[in-house]
Amino acid sequence: MNRELRRVSLLVVLMFVALFASSSVIQVFQQADLKADGRNARVLYASFDTQRGPILVDGEAVAYSQPVDSRYNYQRVYPYGELYSAVTGFFTVLPSTGGLEHELNSYLSGDSDAQFLSRLNAILTGQDPQGSAVELTIDPVVQQAAWDALGDERGAVVALDPKTGAILALVSKPTYDPNALAVLDPNAVESTYEELDASPDDVLVDRAIAGDLNPPGSVFKLVVTATALESGQYTPESEFPNPPRLDLPGTTTPISNSADGTCGGGETASIATALRLSCNVTFAQLAGALGQKAIREQAQEFGFGQQLGIPMRVEPSVYPEIPGNDEAQVWLTGFGQANVRTSPLQMAMVSAAIANGGVLMQPTVVESIVAPDLSVLQEFEPQVFSTPIKPETASTMTQMMVQGVANGVANNARIDGVEVAGKTGTAENGPGEPYTLWFTGFAPANDPRVAVAVVIEDRATGFGNLIAAPIAKKVMEAVVNR
Amino acid sequence: MSGENGSGAGVVASPPIEARDPAPTFTGSIRIRLRAPARRRNLELGLLVVAIGVGISALVLAELGALGRIDPGVLGLVIGLAVLTLVLHVVMRVVAAEADPFILPIATALNLVGIAEITRLDIAEGYLGWDAYGVRQVVWSAIAIVAAGAVLLGIRNHRVLQRYRYVAGFTAIALLILPFLPVIGRNVNGAQAWIGIGIASFQPGEIAKIALAVFFAGYLVTARDSLSIVGRRVLGITFPRLRDLGPIVVIWLLSMAVIVFQRDLGSGLLYFGLFLVMIYVATGRTGWIVLGLGLIGGGAFVAARALDYVGNRFHAWLNTFDPALYDQGGGSYQLAQGLFGLADGGLAGTGLGRGNPDITPLAESDFIIAALGEELGLIGLFAILVLYLVFVSRGFHIGFAGQDDFGRLLGVGLSFVVALQVFIVVGGVTRVIPLTGLTTPFLAAGGSSLVANWVIVALLARLSDAVRAQPRLVVE
Repeated sequence: MNRELRRVSLLVVLMFVALFASSSVIQVFQQADLKADGRNARVLYASFDTQRGPILVDGEAVAYSQPVDSRYNYQRVYPYGELYSAVTGFFTVLPSTGGLEHELNSYLSGDSDAQFLSRLNAILTGQDPQGSAVELTIDPVVQQAAWDALGDERGAVVALDPKTGAILALVSKPTYDPNALAVLDPNAVESTYEELDASPDDVLVDRAIAGDLNPPGSVFKLVVTATALESGQYTPESEFPNPPRLDLPGTTTPISNSADGTCGGGETASIATALRLSCNVTFAQLAGALGQKAIREQAQEFGFGQQLGIPMRVEPSVYPEIPGNDEAQVWLTGFGQANVRTSPLQMAMVSAAIANGGVLMQPTVVESIVAPDLSVLQEFEPQVFSTPIKPETASTMTQMMVQGVANGVANNARIDGVEVAGKTGTAENGPGEPYTLWFTGFAPANDPRVAVAVVIEDRATGFGNLIAAPIAKKVMEAVVNR
Repeated sequence: MSGENGSGAGVVASPPIEARDPAPTFTGSIRIRLRAPARRRNLELGLLVVAIGVGISALVLAELGALGRIDPGVLGLVIGLAVLTLVLHVVMRVVAAEADPFILPIATALNLVGIAEITRLDIAEGYLGWDAYGVRQVVWSAIAIVAAGAVLLGIRNHRVLQRYRYVAGFTAIALLILPFLPVIGRNVNGAQAWIGIGIASFQPGEIAKIALAVFFAGYLVTARDSLSIVGRRVLGITFPRLRDLGPIVVIWLLSMAVIVFQRDLGSGLLYFGLFLVMIYVATGRTGWIVLGLGLIGGGAFVAARALDYVGNRFHAWLNTFDPALYDQGGGSYQLAQGLFGLADGGLAGTGLGRGNPDITPLAESDFIIAALGEELGLIGLFAILVLYLVFVSRGFHIGFAGQDDFGRLLGVGLSFVVALQVFIVVGGVTRVIPLTGLTTPFLAAGGSSLVANWVIVALLARLSDAVRAQPRLVVE
């Protein structure tokens, strides 16, 4: 009997060894993987243990955490509701966040490496750890002006300081109230989220920087003009044949100028005239002459196709690879059709580079990150993103864009007593589809303080100058009147 | 272990001159026999005080962590329970003076730590009064400890049980049938393994495991000759005769009936595993093990295919994090949440009352080990497993050192059933084996489980007392 007992004892020991091993594997070796699983709500609860840092605009909180009597300890509050949703994003009790709340989570929650010592200090002194505060570059007056100007349109507005890259306003409509997602009830959050996600207005999409990019239409002519001037082969006075309509090469599909006439009269039209009056026929020919490679390279210097975080991820804009060098398609890209796609932030960056003497500054919404002990963890310093054009090209294009507003098709962006540079766009999304309306520009032209881009999606009628330009004007006014 | 020899040597060694003299040896051993019981009980008292200290500290920490203050009501109840364990200790001083000193303190520590964690979960869920699992657990613990005292007082000689082996066998079967009776039968979480009278519900299967152990021990002691000597050798392993297969087939059918009709996979495996180990220890025949594993393997295969709930357990075990299974009702959600909790605990745990074990369904019963692993960490989990291992080893010691085969077999059976139950539950929660619904002995919320395991404490105490109380001649 003792021999059998010894064997059974060994079996029991082996059973327990298996349990020791399995629990060690789970609690030590698989710990990181299990914590990274999106369904692990405990990690999220832990994030509610610390008082999350506020997000500040001009010293005033646009998102803060309020202590509540709940397992979550803190409720996130967005006092301005929808106004700042495109910047802050939302913070929920489910493992899904968006916007700045997501991108700067480690700072806001106090988990960043930079806060390691203060976290350790909090543990040793028995205090609850706190997250850092994030101060934004957003100007509350400009943001409010952009919000009001956009009205009930479906679209977005981006305004930035061309000299620093600081984003002054970032608005996307229709949007959502982040407070609805900040409730401390996972089921309510889930159903609200699903409802918002399924809404036909795509309210969760931040149109200013992401989502489905839009065809830029005529605002892309700025990039084509820059390509032409940078090539050294063209000046604003370079002339192109000026028929009212022209068949795309190798096809019988005609293209025409938007007013269905010639470009300012005459046998030929200059690039300057074509940009001022936004002539498709001229720019189609120019694009064909420059070729897709040159235009793509210029577009990339402005930021097309590049990964960018402000720190929220910006969907890279697209200048397409045209297969077989299809001449007709290259012509179409000349006025921002074919498969050219872009975001308002990208177009604001094009204007900003022209405004800033050809130097494009890295755009950002973060002014500074301040730890609970008031030590500054991150301070905004203007950084050069690229130098897409020469200073001469920039000043030439500024003059051309000023003409567009003063005497051209962008005249609705005029501001009394201020020289405004601008370019409109009215892009077609396909036969029978609604238009996408654009404006991008900057002011004052001689000493730019703001570069702006406005997009209006899905308009059945209207032109960029009628709808988008007045919105941009109000935003620029808000800056120059400050 | 030969404690008497050891202690005898120690006592004799202190006066070295006398040690060489053969005459004092007799008086020496007399002195030991008088002293040893008191020493064992004093050791038990010391350990018990430590266990109570650990348990009450755990409760205080859990309440401070989860509630921020101490609930005097629950604390008072638990102190009352601690006093009751001290009373049981006094009872043992009188009627089981030479019982093993580790069994009672280990059971007390586990029971109190369990109550602390259950109370902590009550706080998270907002349960109060009789709705609180913790309060009910204290009451059931009191009943269980009184039952253990009654067993100690009532059964002064364990050999009496051998006489009632068939009564025990029929009792076990009757207990397993009870949940199917109308009016009192209850279905809890899909398992038809409960009876309910008024607000109290009871899982008779927990008591059945003791009755089965008594029956197996009694039956195997008498029948083992015919089961072990005769047989046919195939490939070096002696297989039993066809006519001797009766008992194993009956137990197999019984276990399969529990799995199929009660839908209680864990209990079925528990009974069959218990029988297999006991018959092996009794007969020493590997043939039984091979045969038994074949039967249970075949049964499991058929059950996994024919019974949805068994099949689901296998799927959830193998593909715990499959999104479809995770979201499916009765899928792997609970298992995954338990694992998330364990991972959150890590090495040192979140601290009692500071984790989120209440996310996991049935954290107070089936998943109490995940809750404790979350809040006490791997270190705490190891400590708990080591307590079980020591508890089981004390039971096996009866098997090694006992004088009568019935007692040895019963001691091994009762402690193995605890070991197997811990393995099935903890192994299920930590994905060693598919998850089956069983309670973790002493820790998990559940009255029947507490009563059964405290009765096991009493029986092991009785058996270990018998081992040492035997007049044994010490030759030096």
